[in-house]
Amino acid sequence: MADSRRSAPLSWTNKPAAKMSDVVEKTLTALPSLLSLDSQPGSAKLSSSSKLGNLIRGITELTSKHEEEKLIQRELVSIKEQVSSPNTTMRQMKELMVRAIYCESLGYEASFSYIHAIKLAQQGTALEKRVGYLAVSLFLNENHELLLLLVNTVLKDLQSTNLIEVCMALTVVSQMFPKDMIPAILPLVEEKLNHPKEIIRRKAVLALYKFYLIAPNQVQHIHNKFRKALCDKDPGVMTASLHIYLQLIQENPDGYKDLTASFVTILKQVVGGKLPIDFNYHSVPAPWLQIQLLRILSLLGKNDQNASEIMYEILDESLQRAEMNHNITYAILYECVKCVYTIHPKSDLLEKAAKCIGNFVLSQKINLKYLGLKALTYVVQQDPKLALQHQMTIIECLDHSDLIIKRETVELLFRITNAQNVMVIVDKMLEFLRVSPDDYTTIDLTGKVAELAEKYAPDNEWFIETMNTVFSVGGDMMQPDIPNSFLKLLSEGFDGVEEDRKLRLFAVDSYVSLLRGEPGKLPQRFLQVISWVLGEYSHLMEELEPATVLRLLERLLDMKQTSSETKSWVLMAMTKLCEGGASVAVAQQVSETYISSMDTVLRQRAQELQHLSQDSELRARVLPRDADLEPQEVDSSLSFLDGFVSEALAAGAAPYKPPHQRQEELAQAKALSLEPYGLSLPISMASCSIADRQSPTLLSISSGLSGDSTELSHKGGPTTLKLDGVKRVWGREGYLRESVEEVAQVEVPSPLRSPSQQAGADSSHSQTPTPTPDPEQDKQQLASSLFFGLSSQSPMCLMGKPEPTPNRFRRKTKGQGSSSSATGQTPSPLSSSPSTVDDLLGDDLLDSSIPSEPSVSSSTITLELSQGFTATAHGPCDVEAELADSDVKESNPSPSEDDGLVAADPAPHEDPDRPEDPCLSSHLPAELCEHGHSEITPLCTNQSLELSACHVQKEDSLVFVIFICNSSAIQQIQLELHSEHLEVSCVSDSPEVDVSSHSVTVYQYSLTVKRPSVHVEVAGMVSYQLCDGTPQNLQFSYKLPLTSFIRPLTVSTEEYGTMWLDFCHDTKQNLTLISDGEEPLTATLNVLKRKLQLGVVEVIGMEGILACQLLKDQPCLMHCRVHAGLLAVWLRSPVPDLPDCLIYHCQRALQGD
Amino acid sequence: MIQFVLMVNRQGQTRLSRYYQPVELTRRAALEADVVRCCLSRRKEQCSFVEYKDFKLVYRQYAALYIVVAVTDAENELSVYELVHNFVEVLDKYFSRVSELDIMFNLDRVHVILDEMIQNGHIVETNKGRILAPLTALDKMADS
Repeated sequence: MADSRRSAPLSWTNKPAAKMSDVVEKTLTALPSLLSLDSQPGSAKLSSSSKLGNLIRGITELTSKHEEEKLIQRELVSIKEQVSSPNTTMRQMKELMVRAIYCESLGYEASFSYIHAIKLAQQGTALEKRVGYLAVSLFLNENHELLLLLVNTVLKDLQSTNLIEVCMALTVVSQMFPKDMIPAILPLVEEKLNHPKEIIRRKAVLALYKFYLIAPNQVQHIHNKFRKALCDKDPGVMTASLHIYLQLIQENPDGYKDLTASFVTILKQVVGGKLPIDFNYHSVPAPWLQIQLLRILSLLGKNDQNASEIMYEILDESLQRAEMNHNITYAILYECVKCVYTIHPKSDLLEKAAKCIGNFVLSQKINLKYLGLKALTYVVQQDPKLALQHQMTIIECLDHSDLIIKRETVELLFRITNAQNVMVIVDKMLEFLRVSPDDYTTIDLTGKVAELAEKYAPDNEWFIETMNTVFSVGGDMMQPDIPNSFLKLLSEGFDGVEEDRKLRLFAVDSYVSLLRGEPGKLPQRFLQVISWVLGEYSHLMEELEPATVLRLLERLLDMKQTSSETKSWVLMAMTKLCEGGASVAVAQQVSETYISSMDTVLRQRAQELQHLSQDSELRARVLPRDADLEPQEVDSSLSFLDGFVSEALAAGAAPYKPPHQRQEELAQAKALSLEPYGLSLPISMASCSIADRQSPTLLSISSGLSGDSTELSHKGGPTTLKLDGVKRVWGREGYLRESVEEVAQVEVPSPLRSPSQQAGADSSHSQTPTPTPDPEQDKQQLASSLFFGLSSQSPMCLMGKPEPTPNRFRRKTKGQGSSSSATGQTPSPLSSSPSTVDDLLGDDLLDSSIPSEPSVSSSTITLELSQGFTATAHGPCDVEAELADSDVKESNPSPSEDDGLVAADPAPHEDPDRPEDPCLSSHLPAELCEHGHSEITPLCTNQSLELSACHVQKEDSLVFVIFICNSSAIQQIQLELHSEHLEVSCVSDSPEVDVSSHSVTVYQYSLTVKRPSVHVEVAGMVSYQLCDGTPQNLQFSYKLPLTSFIRPLTVSTEEYGTMWLDFCHDTKQNLTLISDGEEPLTATLNVLKRKLQLGVVEVIGMEGILACQLLKDQPCLMHCRVHAGLLAVWLRSPVPDLPDCLIYHCQRALQGD
Repeated sequence: MIQFVLMVNRQGQTRLSRYYQPVELTRRAALEADVVRCCLSRRKEQCSFVEYKDFKLVYRQYAALYIVVAVTDAENELSVYELVHNFVEVLDKYFSRVSELDIMFNLDRVHVILDEMIQNGHIVETNKGRILAPLTALDKMADS
């Protein structure tokens, strides 16, 4: 079966190809008769007069949108009537649901039927029930509240003896289920993993996969069952488990390396045809399973030579096996090629994969050609030579009539761009933009062109002209960081004063001529860029009169389509330019017009223009020309306003309150309005930043009077764009790295260009004209210019990217910005809100392969796997270390069971006696002694062993110390710790030493909080062997208050403010004040500071703000205020439960004593 | 990842739609119209994959019916293209010579079949017998 399209009719095995179209023709004319003749199992049951039949006939006969609307509205009314009727049977209900599904799939909401869908799932039988479930899954989204009503039905069906009902329930669960209700059905689903029927086991695995997707924590404990599913004797169940593994491995490839060999074995069996024949698709064994396995293997083999070596053989076999001429084998081959290029390289495999890509690219089948280009795009970063091999094909694809082929080729070219071929490639990209001007392509390609231009521009003229095209084409759609970084580049300069001046001069020259042309056609963003550049640099062009520029700018103001944002940029530029008689006249005239504008920002700009144009001395001070980019001194505390403030206060004005306090009061005023609190603040912030954005060059004059101080403090007003401190957002990783390197700019010979290029490219470059009309030669030439530099590049660098070429525009390394990596997060003056598109594109560019995720910390650390101990404990007991001020008391023993697998490396110790408790402290390591430790408490004892423990609070950690006194000759003592709240890690890196007999051994662990709880607990087990070799174990647990993990956090009030807004978990409570003579607030805060180690940030009047962190680096902020004899405390933290736990301890601390 | 599956006829009428990513009901009709326009405007000899916004459409024509599957960029388009064919083969097996009318009159059953094959945007079953097993069991139950 060769071409897919030719294959289409074949699939209809023994019937004429045109059957379906025939049927549609007939439908329109003779539906009833056709239906009665129809002997299909489903449709036979429907009489032509049924309601559903009527609806379908109605739909097929529709001719206009208007008719459709009328029909569906009528239908909805009729459905609504019937569903609520008590006489409707389940069978009718099923039909009604199908009709409702029809209406919804045409885009008409039938929300009244949702509840009935749930009812149908509840009460129906067989297919009716299934349709009920189906309707629910189609109608509701995962967060719909009605979904809760489904839980009971699912529960019932999961317990049903009818396997079909169990199946249905599992199917709907794996499609959607309310996250919070998972615990209710989890045990039932888990149980199904052992069901004798494969279909039930398979669906249970898929349901667990869904749970993993929506609530990974809930299924943490059943990871070993996933392994069992992977080893299931049924290939279907195994296949289902691969979904979970693909996800798990994506998140943490290192955690599953041990499975590499298993996946390879499975793939071997599949490829070798060991699966039942019904898994074949067109005689290819389980192709989609193969693809899934190849994806998993490429994740495991990435950057891992050992894992890769295990898979070479099977990859080789897959590449060979897949010679059969069918689409599905090509699909497998594509995945195989990707895998070969992702894992640790092996040259003969790479060769075969490259050949395979070659076959794809050269194929006459267009789908295959596309896939070949996609593969080539993927591998070309590793092996640019491969592009070279196929250069003529690529050139042909570039002119392909099918846009998608062209698009893929452009993408490929983008990846192979270097300093030599940049002009040709950028030209090709812009050319593509002109033929396919849809929004997504525009945003994507303008971003890429700007990136390339900035990275590889051969000269100033080309750079400015390319950016002009980007701005004109990208218009207001492009990512806001493009104009930002462009202006930043201009203002900061790159390499040498003279070069900077030339670039700016060229920009000015180019913009003046643009404004003389038809500025009305330019997008707003571009006009803003132009205004800024002219305002800043037009003085560089000596022959240009400021008045001329002013008049050009004035024309922009008069244009209807100019937005008020642009106008404000224009006015700003004018303010910088108004010098000399003629310009002042223009400026005065313009400011007259806008001084009465309805737009307050424009009005302000006009005011500034008016004042500054009259007072040249002031203007020179406010807007110094050629100002240094060093930030100007800004009085961020606004001390010059102190007089004004005190006057206002004296006159009865309300004192300033910080935003969080205002919000709190607002929240208190309306008892239940916690929700709007979170929302309202960002809005008010946004409105502040709008003003900021619109005044790119000036410290806003009026804002000092109205704004609040924290907001204003970052509005320092250097006369240029306020860029300092703003992170460099552009220049993606590669670029920034290079910008620091001192690489000499290599003068590049100007590449050959095809005639088509010459029109678009700059004219200043002299080159040999190529008048030859021969198309073949054209292509050759294009090829040589496109692939220039690729051949000369370093030999195949397989894993790394090709050697970076020096950048045209190297940033001056200045300030902290250029060295920090680009994050793209920091808003810069031009930007509106950061667009999500940025991120998407950024990711795309950097890596199209699967991202490597940070490894997930496992709850227990396995230092040494201990063998299973069969003997029971002599008597587990439990020690509780309670009390806020961290002393430890003994309490009732209680059994605890844990199967944590932490074995510690014992620290050596020499004392041969069995010492008494007080002596234990002498065993405490010296470095811990200075910190002071909690009382040493016994954990558990028996005739041979005695365990005690204490904890030591260090500044940045909490050390848990266990003493084991071995009073007999028992051997092979091993200690395991485990905790659901805490992260336990071994401190002492001493070599593994057995606790020698008759000695005391000290174990140290560092604890950090995983999940806050009022008291946290570590459980453990010590296992050992008696002299005769019988294994024994002892269990114990140790409880300590959360406060042991609290440390003060040093932050400034401003940092506090921003952190406060970011944190989402909070709690509030009124606590009793302590009054022992001192001022109550101070006294109370002192107690909190002393007992809980909270850090006081600031106290203002009756309010105080405090901050602390939970080890390690989990901040919690506290705001408290004396109110009606009580202390109103408000805690906030990014960590769930932390505020609640902390408030409990605050309460204890204040009540106690 | 599969984003959605559409079955539309040459007139651009949606016969079946299944979304694996939340898309508001009100936006669906416009999206579908757009998608259909994208696919219908293409000629036979053109690629069966087409770029649409930030994802790719994989489409296949059977007589007057188009099956369109939207996938993310990381997906293997050709494997999805064959998945569509597998789906049609399953329908063909169940309805023995499937037609557009079968699909219209048995919308619920077609959905049940599709649910067996694709879940959460992932391909979960491709074995024809196993895909049809739950549905045939249901039919038998109804008959008895």
